[in-house]
Amino acid sequence: MQPSLRPESFLEGGFADPVLGGQAVFRCIMQAMAEPGTVQPISHDLQPPEPMTATMAAIAATLCDADTSIWLDATLAANAQVVKWLGFHTGAPVTPRADQATFALVGDIGAMPALADFAQGTDSYPDRSSTLVLAVEHLDRGMALDLSGPGIRDSRTLRFAPVPSDFIAQWAANGARFPRGVDLILAAPGAVACLPRSTRVRQEEG
Amino acid sequence: MYVAVKGGETAIDNAHRLLADRRRGNRDVAELGLDHIMEQLSQAVDRVMSEGALYDRELAALAIKQARGDMIEAIFLARAYRTTLPRFGYTNPVDTAAMQVERRISACFKDLPGGQLLGPTFDYTHRLLDPGLAEGATPETPETRAPEQARMMRVSDFLGQEGLLEPAPDGSAKPVPDDIARTPMTYPLDRDARLQALARGDEGFLLSMAYSTQRGYARSHPFAGEIRIGEVELELEVPELDFAAPLGRIQVTECQMVNQFQGSAKAPPQFTRGYGLVFGQAERKAMAMSLVDRSLRATELGEDLVAPAQDEEFVIAHADNVQATGFVEHLKLPHYVDFQSELDLVRRLRAEAAAGTGEAREAAE
Amino acid sequence: MSMVDDALRTDSAAIASEMARRDRMAVLARADGKQLRALWTGLSLDPAFEMIRGPETGLATVRGRISGDGAPFNFGDVTVTRASVRLADGSVGHAYRLGRDQGAARLCAVIDAIVHDDRIAERIDRTLVQPLRQAQQDRDARRMAETAATKVDFFTLVRGED
Repeated sequence: MQPSLRPESFLEGGFADPVLGGQAVFRCIMQAMAEPGTVQPISHDLQPPEPMTATMAAIAATLCDADTSIWLDATLAANAQVVKWLGFHTGAPVTPRADQATFALVGDIGAMPALADFAQGTDSYPDRSSTLVLAVEHLDRGMALDLSGPGIRDSRTLRFAPVPSDFIAQWAANGARFPRGVDLILAAPGAVACLPRSTRVRQEEG
Repeated sequence: MYVAVKGGETAIDNAHRLLADRRRGNRDVAELGLDHIMEQLSQAVDRVMSEGALYDRELAALAIKQARGDMIEAIFLARAYRTTLPRFGYTNPVDTAAMQVERRISACFKDLPGGQLLGPTFDYTHRLLDPGLAEGATPETPETRAPEQARMMRVSDFLGQEGLLEPAPDGSAKPVPDDIARTPMTYPLDRDARLQALARGDEGFLLSMAYSTQRGYARSHPFAGEIRIGEVELELEVPELDFAAPLGRIQVTECQMVNQFQGSAKAPPQFTRGYGLVFGQAERKAMAMSLVDRSLRATELGEDLVAPAQDEEFVIAHADNVQATGFVEHLKLPHYVDFQSELDLVRRLRAEAAAGTGEAREAAE
Repeated sequence: MSMVDDALRTDSAAIASEMARRDRMAVLARADGKQLRALWTGLSLDPAFEMIRGPETGLATVRGRISGDGAPFNFGDVTVTRASVRLADGSVGHAYRLGRDQGAARLCAVIDAIVHDDRIAERIDRTLVQPLRQAQQDRDARRMAETAATKVDFFTLVRGED
């Protein structure tokens, strides 16, 4: 028996064409970030190990590299294949410190730390904050949020689920730290939406 | 109001074409191949690699050819190229004790284990131009002798045993060093960041700074504890292998400078150290680097700050020749509008001085 | 035989096999691209494979240690080319090499994959890896001997009566 004959699963499931695949996903994330709250369909051929979702994997494979540290929540970090998959396909180092992460991958929104616990950047270098990628289930139902700010003409409605606990207050506090603060990428099956720190959020009435 | 002026595209195109022609020179003379540069101008290649902060002999040779031998231009090309490549990670620290030594000398100990190995050095040449070389002489095959030992202990290892030499800074306090290539520098720097800046610093600038410390601008009484040149193996930790991936070997020059130190409130009398580590065979650069590394430790060691070579921001901010050449050479670019306004101001000041009033001068201040 | 002995034996066999793999990869990484291709062509092997990753060229940042054995610092980058392949039988191979020779990196990854088959491994080691290793050892030995010839032999001139 030759155990090494069987390829380990973390080697599988990357972009078939890293350049074109990465460009397509990048375009989608950029559009979602430029027009906060819009739902952008995302297509790719990634098949990451469970429990990382395919959309989250596509975002990580596109945005992360050896210079961006990744923080994983307990759900994702518990699976060694996830850690190795990220290492092989992105080269990014995994950090145990949320407050030092360039990207934070959140598989279980119910158990996620407060937004304030992640890297916030500094007034001189606001770019040194964490970008949070949240594995959401839906971008068409859930709490209705009324968005305004740069990239939104008047206002825009976004629904997503599940929503982090105490989200409205947490997001207001995040906005109050501007230019510091975190940015969110909501990764749903087949689509993404973004909430950059400059977007103001109000819970819709009724 | 701002008026943009365009023009010069044809002139620029033709200038580039002329540059290509002049670079090639007389077509009756054989064109220089990259292998010629790599093999016969290897010290130039080494300098481009160390100051370009990119180890790739062939790319450095191409840069030298493209720059017509202008070293700073070649270094600029190497730096620009490296920004186009993705980064795979950081190698494990090289083990210079395991170096395959091609030269190794100490000015402190005559009879050090392994001996004084001169290697291919310019030292002891008479610096007389060799007409024979101009005619293309074939050199003799190098002499050989049975080597005594493969692994050569560092001089600092046995000098340190008596406690007379300060120990190297412990790595456990800061296992992950700063990387000035990724993160903008903020002063004061840690020593690891300083060494990275010095390693890519301009050889001429560092040489002058080092020289200044010897001439009395900073208290310094250095000895070349050890200089060694040779090949070290590189390894990279990667997720797909259970061991560090071996990458191959690179040539480096290491200098351990030992400085007498009379002691201060912060440290007992002992020998302190400056360190130099540079790509390729670059002994002068490694020595200058180690002297400047030592002088920049003045604050850490509680020494009086009296000289430019002890001023971290002065030295580090001006050591990079790509930055320096960019700022100096940008003065060639059109400053027509700036200069017109200065011209107007000077004319008004002169007119007012002649008339005996001072309004424009106040406005200027 | 106890299970512990069994496990230990399996472990040490695994370690030995990893050491052999690392050693082979080190020889391949250092090998001259032309010589590598010539020896490979001589083997007349043509396994079908697909790329898992690369070949791609990038940078590794080289670290040294302050004073040789102290805290680490970064001192410059090297170009590195890497490749990962999968053969038709599922064997996976990886390669890393200094420089930008993508064809050589891909070939090294194929060799790393194909040696999972013991019979081929023996042939590869004998007719490809060993000649490369020998060439590298010869070069090292020659350079060491050339350096040794520049060793200074001190002698003392005795002056005066005492």
